[in-house]
Amino acid sequence: MSAGATRFPAIVAEVTEINNLIKTFRFVREDGAEVPPFSGGSHIVVEMDDDGTRRLNPYSLMSDPADTGGYSISVRREDGGRGGSRFMHTRVKPGMTMTISYPVNLFPIDGRAKKHLLLAGGIGITPFMAHMAQLSERNQIFELHYGAASRAVGQFGDRLRKHYGDRIHLYYDDEGTMMDLPSLLRGQPAGTHLYVCGPKGMINAVMKIAREAGWPRGALHSEEFLAPPVGLPFEVELANSGKTVQVGAAQSLLEAIEAAGVNAPYLCRGGACGQCECEVAAVDGEIEHNDHWLTPEEKASNSKIMPCVSRFKGQRLVLNL
Amino acid sequence: MKMTTTKFEPSITTRPVYGILEPQQGSAHLMIADGEGAGAILDLFARAGQQGIDLRPSTHLIYVTAANGTDLSDELSRLGVAKFYHGPTLAAAMSRITKALTDASMGLQIYLAGTESLIGVAQSEAMKAGFPHDGMQTEHRGSLARRVQCVHCKGITENVKTDPYVCSHCGLSLYVRDHYSRRIAAFQGVNIDAEDPGQVPDMVEKFT
Ligand code: FES
Repeated sequence: MSAGATRFPAIVAEVTEINNLIKTFRFVREDGAEVPPFSGGSHIVVEMDDDGTRRLNPYSLMSDPADTGGYSISVRREDGGRGGSRFMHTRVKPGMTMTISYPVNLFPIDGRAKKHLLLAGGIGITPFMAHMAQLSERNQIFELHYGAASRAVGQFGDRLRKHYGDRIHLYYDDEGTMMDLPSLLRGQPAGTHLYVCGPKGMINAVMKIAREAGWPRGALHSEEFLAPPVGLPFEVELANSGKTVQVGAAQSLLEAIEAAGVNAPYLCRGGACGQCECEVAAVDGEIEHNDHWLTPEEKASNSKIMPCVSRFKGQRLVLNL
Repeated sequence: MKMTTTKFEPSITTRPVYGILEPQQGSAHLMIADGEGAGAILDLFARAGQQGIDLRPSTHLIYVTAANGTDLSDELSRLGVAKFYHGPTLAAAMSRITKALTDASMGLQIYLAGTESLIGVAQSEAMKAGFPHDGMQTEHRGSLARRVQCVHCKGITENVKTDPYVCSHCGLSLYVRDHYSRRIAAFQGVNIDAEDPGQVPDMVEKFT
């Protein structure tokens, strides 16, 4: 069994500093051929060899889906994170070869919509850049509302504004401009679908207001990739392969399982797609469920775990892997 | 007059299932009903009243007399909703329904009650306006007569009560399947004597 989407070697063609927190990376194929096609909302998984620790991080594609010459992603540096974004910022240079996956789309546009209302927070803007290229090419009606901490860290805003004109609405915390979600969601015409990507707090707020305003679930779409959180080291037994694996503080359970040579399934590596769901054979302790895939009941029963983002604290954890 | 909610036998997955109308949060409420469906609307307002919710100021109610003649418009007009329309047939109300749906904003709550024909037609109109299938509530009341499309000539026959039935367009004897198309809001009728022409089983009143 091969875990995750098919991978291929790619060359880093360009690294562009957008501001002191965000860098854009462009990947092309080694043989110069076209990259596999993708639709707006897709992500790729980028493999990093961080001094012996193998990290696989998902990043949304921000390039135009019509551009088959390569893929562009943006990475925001998270200094408190596990090191993946720091690796991308400090170690990845033009000309380097890296392994990336084929694109997977867990956040597609709904073709039945009459209008697309896109809500982005911070680095959550990236999938929408691909969406908007596709939507405008198809002459579909859309509107983007993009909030960032400041004009300086939200520099994509001005670029988008120039390109798409008054379909782009910008909000900056430090300038005191804020999205008025209740009135924005009240005035949308029949057939509008809403898409939100950004920090958890923003997604939750949007979903709550939309539900209260009577939006049907089928018209609401969201994507949040969780970065696997850091935590205390722990040990896990893999019942089927007969291995005992140590999970480091800055390593995810999935990464530790892979490092031990066991192939586990995954797609998003961010607690959203459900692909890595794994049965718990025995547990003595507390599972820290960090995903938004399992239901609250499943989480409480401790019978399943999502190894891409969840951790464990306690005496013994045995997985059916 | 049958005022209880209809019970359905378990069937294939495309067979529509109906629920009971519950008051929902939303910016506006559009209710469309025919015949005995009025009972479901009255129950809905009673339930809302018990929950302390006043739907009336933001409700548009479109009611039509059922194909079997049932007309409860007097009871409904006494509800005092913001906008009430009573029409003789679904066809007569259609342009009003389409306009109400296309003029609406997201957040509109849609409630459909009455016969399968009415629910099916209104549902597919709402989907055309862009409301997802999960964005509306339905409650079945009244006649189970079906709206059936002949798979051979594509003609639609309303108010089909028997199985088999004779297509009102091409005259073939058709067996009524449970297969339902949301797009055209109709069940499927398939020629029953294709292999042995003339061998048509007796018509049985199945959908009353
Ligand atoms: S890989 Fe998608 S939820 Fe774990």
